[in-house]
Amino acid sequence: MNLESVVIALQGIVANKLRSMLTMLGILIGVASVIVLVAVGSGSAAASRKRLEALGSNTITVRAGGLGFGNRGGTQSRSIRIEDADVPAILDKTEAPSVARVAPIVDANAVAASFNGASTTPQTFQGTNDELFTVRNYEIASGTKFTQEDLDAHAKVAVVGVTVAKNLLGEDSNAADLIGESVKFGNSSLTIIGVLKPKGTNGANDQDNIVLAPLTTVRDLISGGSSAITQLVVQANNRKSMSTAQAEVTAILQSRHAGATTNSFLVQNNSSLLETQDANNKTFTVLLGAVAAISLLVGGIGVMNIMLVTVTERTREIGIRKAIGARRSDILGQFLTEAVLVSVIGGLLGVAGGLIGSRFKIVNVQPVVAPYSVFLAFGVAVAVGLFFGIYPANRAAQLRPIDALRYE
Amino acid sequence: MTLLADDATREGPPAAPGVIELRNVSKVYGMGDVQVHALHNVSISIERGDFVAIMGASGSGKSTLMNIIGCLDAPTRGTYRLDGVDVSELSDSELADRRNRGIGFVFQSFNLIPRTTAQANVELPLLYGGLKRGVRRQRATAALTAVGLADRVHHHPSELSGGQQQRVAIARAIVTNPAIVLADEPTGALDSASTNEVLAIFSQLNATGRTVIVITHEAEVAAVAKRVIRLRDGVILDDTRQSPAAGPPPMLAGRAS
Repeated sequence: MNLESVVIALQGIVANKLRSMLTMLGILIGVASVIVLVAVGSGSAAASRKRLEALGSNTITVRAGGLGFGNRGGTQSRSIRIEDADVPAILDKTEAPSVARVAPIVDANAVAASFNGASTTPQTFQGTNDELFTVRNYEIASGTKFTQEDLDAHAKVAVVGVTVAKNLLGEDSNAADLIGESVKFGNSSLTIIGVLKPKGTNGANDQDNIVLAPLTTVRDLISGGSSAITQLVVQANNRKSMSTAQAEVTAILQSRHAGATTNSFLVQNNSSLLETQDANNKTFTVLLGAVAAISLLVGGIGVMNIMLVTVTERTREIGIRKAIGARRSDILGQFLTEAVLVSVIGGLLGVAGGLIGSRFKIVNVQPVVAPYSVFLAFGVAVAVGLFFGIYPANRAAQLRPIDALRYE
Repeated sequence: MTLLADDATREGPPAAPGVIELRNVSKVYGMGDVQVHALHNVSISIERGDFVAIMGASGSGKSTLMNIIGCLDAPTRGTYRLDGVDVSELSDSELADRRNRGIGFVFQSFNLIPRTTAQANVELPLLYGGLKRGVRRQRATAALTAVGLADRVHHHPSELSGGQQQRVAIARAIVTNPAIVLADEPTGALDSASTNEVLAIFSQLNATGRTVIVITHEAEVAAVAKRVIRLRDGVILDDTRQSPAAGPPPMLAGRAS
C-alpha cells in the first residue's frame, strides 16, 4: 500500500463527504462504545475492589449465627455466641500460626450522639480493640487512636469519622476541632481523641459515618442490650495464608463450642469475596464489550454496504482505469484502501470519542480506560474495514473492462 | 500544434511495432435463442504507421471491433494477434499491461476521471505503469503541452470545454508513448473547430509513426485517414486506401503541398 493509492482512496472518500462521514460514524460509534463500555466495566470492577479492600486486607470475618437459621432439615445447627475468650484462643501461635491479629467487634445499634445541641446517629458504632485500626486500615487524620490501656481502664474515649464530626459541628467545620470535646452518646459522655482519615463511600454506605470506641466502654454504654461480640475480624499473616488461617479459626471455634457445626458461625474470607467479585466483574465487562462489539460489526456492515454502492456508482471509472492499464490488483488495492481508510479514520475518531466519553461518570461509575480495549477496538475496526472491504473491492477488480466502460 | 512534433522527437518512435491482425473474428452477444452477431468473420490486418478510419452506422459492429482491437473485449471466434502475439493467450494482467503501454484510448465521452486534475488524469496510466512521481509529472506535463493545454494542467475536467477535455484524454492516451492510438468517435461530441484540432493531433501522432485507428461515422473524419474500412451488420463492406500507409497522413500532406 503506497502513498499513491492512499491519495487515490482519499479522493474517493472526499468525493462523497456526507456518505463517508456517515460510514465513519458507524465505525466511530462502534469503537467508542467498546472503549467506553469496557472502561465502565473496569471502572465498576475497580470500585468494588476498593470497597472490599476497605474491609481490610487479608482479613477473615467471623460472625456468630452463620448461615444456619435454627433447625434446618433435621440438622442440629445451633448458633454460637462468640465469647471474649475466643480472642486469645485464636491468637494462640501454636493453634493458629497463620493468624496475625484479631479484632473483636461489639456493635452498638442506633446510639444517638449529641454535642452542643447538634445530634446525629452514626451509621456504625463499634466497640473494639486497637488492632482494628491496623486490620481495617483505619488511619488517624488527627488526634490519636485508643490503646489497650484504654480498654483495660474502660476509658470514656472515642474516635470518630469525618461525617460524624461534621454532623455534630456543621458542614463547613474542621473535623479536628472535635478532638478533646466531650460528646454525649446515649447516657454517657465520651471524649473524642481522634478523627479518622476519610475513606469515602463504598457505594451503599458512607464509611466515614462511624464511631469507634474501646470494647469495654461500649459494653458499659449498652445497658440491657446484648453486649456479646458480634464479629471477629481476623487478619492473616499474608494473602497466601488466608485459607489456612480460615481453617485454623474454624477448627478453634468448633473445638471451643460444644455442638458447633460449620453452620454455627459464618467465616467470610475477603479474598474469596474479592475473587468472586472479580469474576463477576469480568463477566460484566465481557458482556458490555460484546454488546459494543456488535455495534462495531454493524459499523463494518455499513462499510461494506457503502463500498458496494461506491463500486456500483464508480463502475464507469473502474472501466476507464482498466482501459488505461489498471490491473485487477490496482483496482482491488484502490477500493480496499478506501474501505480500510474509512475504518481507520472512523476508528481514530472513535478512540478519541471513547477516551473523551470515558472521562464522564456513567451510572455512578467512573470509567477506567483499559489500554487493551483501545488497541483491540481500533484493531478490530481496521480488520472489519479490511474484511468487509474485500468483497466490494474484489467485485470491482473482477469487472470486465468492457462491461464497466459500457455501464451507465 | 508544433509542440507535438517537439514532443514526438523527444519521445522517439514507439517501442512496439503496433501491428494488428484479425483472422475470421466473430463476436456474438447473448446466449441461446437471442444471439446477436456483432461481428461476423472479420479479417483485417493493419500495418505499422497506418491511419485507419472505421466507418459504419450504429449497430454495424464498429465499436465491438475497436473493443477487440483494444484488448477490452475478447472475440467469440477467430484469432487476434497484436504484434504477433495471440491475445487470447495473455493473462489478465498482461492484457492490462498491453492497454497500459501498447494502446492509447480516446473515447467519444472523453472518460476522464472526475474530481481529479488534468495533470492527475494524464499521470494515471504512468502510475499504473509503475513510474516514479517525478518522471510521471514531467511526462504528463509534456503530453499536456503537446496537446496545447500547458496552461490547463491543474484544471478539473468539469472546468474544461469539450474540446479541451478531449485533448486531455488524448494526452492521457499518448503519455505512455503507445504504438497504437484507438479513438472511438473522438469528435462525436465536439464542435467543428475542436474537431479540426483533434484531427490535426491525430495526424501528427500518425506522422510520428503511431498506428492510429479512428472509429467514426463522419465523412469529414474519415477524409483525413489513409485507409477507410466500412462495416455493416458485422461484416466488412468496403476497404479503401486513400494514401500509402508509409507516407504522411493526408491532412499534413495536403498542408505541405
